[in-house]
Amino acid sequence: MYAWIFRNLPGPLWVRILTCLVLVAAALVLMVQFLFPWFSQFTTLTDSTIGLVQQP
Amino acid sequence: MAHQQTTTGSSVSSARRGQERGPRRPLRASDVIRKISQILGELLITAGIVLLLFVGWELWWTNVEADAKQTEAVQSFAQDFTGPMTPAAPDAAVDYGPPVVGTAPGYGEMIGIMYVPRFGADYTRPIIEGTDAGVLDTLGLGHYGTTSMPGAVGNFAVAGHRQTHGAVLDNIHTLVPGDKIYVQTADGYYTYVFRNNQIVLPDRTDVLMPVPTQAGVTPKESILTMTSCNPRFGSQERIIAYSTLDGWQPASAGPPSEIAAQVAQAQGKG
Repeated sequence: MYAWIFRNLPGPLWVRILTCLVLVAAALVLMVQFLFPWFSQFTTLTDSTIGLVQQP
Repeated sequence: MAHQQTTTGSSVSSARRGQERGPRRPLRASDVIRKISQILGELLITAGIVLLLFVGWELWWTNVEADAKQTEAVQSFAQDFTGPMTPAAPDAAVDYGPPVVGTAPGYGEMIGIMYVPRFGADYTRPIIEGTDAGVLDTLGLGHYGTTSMPGAVGNFAVAGHRQTHGAVLDNIHTLVPGDKIYVQTADGYYTYVFRNNQIVLPDRTDVLMPVPTQAGVTPKESILTMTSCNPRFGSQERIIAYSTLDGWQPASAGPPSEIAAQVAQAQGKG
């Protein structure tokens, strides 16, 4: 899959390597900004309040 | 290359090869399975890496982010704070009368700063109104809106994370009876002394009562109650730390000597 993506990227080798790095960086940003904060609600490490007081 | 690796099931594939021979190299069942398992494998490896990244984000990066925001909050509070940065008189030399009790600010606004020397000489964390994720996940200690303000007779209760997002109460179990806990608000400094802790189930809201766990009793003392997860890296229980008010001094009297250096540092940085 990743090999297929790499083969189908346009441009010479160095451009494709650069594109890959940009894609990986974009994926990381998306994960840190949206995926991880959302997923964090399913972990229980952050339950430090008593009862239902924390409900908005 | 693929032809040479396929040794098993060659009789089936050779029979099919005769039927499906076309202009391109025929796609055999084993090729399809290999392709699918390769994609599946890559996706599973990706999922594994993403999960590891999540663990790193949750246990490390949220602390980095929260620490930066909390330092900023402490600094902006210290900048607005008026009053000398050095103690005017030795501790407990002057009786400043009953403590001034401020009014609770709106949700998300800052009440003050908490100093806990037991948690480290540089432990300065903001206390914010509200206890939902919006407060606790970035700004540290959250004040239960249903409880009193610092200095009031009754219960001043705050929550904080044991792990992740600054881990403001990570060392709550290291408090020793007699340890000082200082709360600084715009009005002054409230000195609490740690009394005891208690481990309870998560639904025990009675720890937030004016006299903790005693319903219908008129409070006589000023209590500081801190709640956090228990055990560390778990949330099956809550650890509660109770402290009682020991003294109060107005902002104009300067900070208690034990935290004078930290107060000055917080303002100096701003």
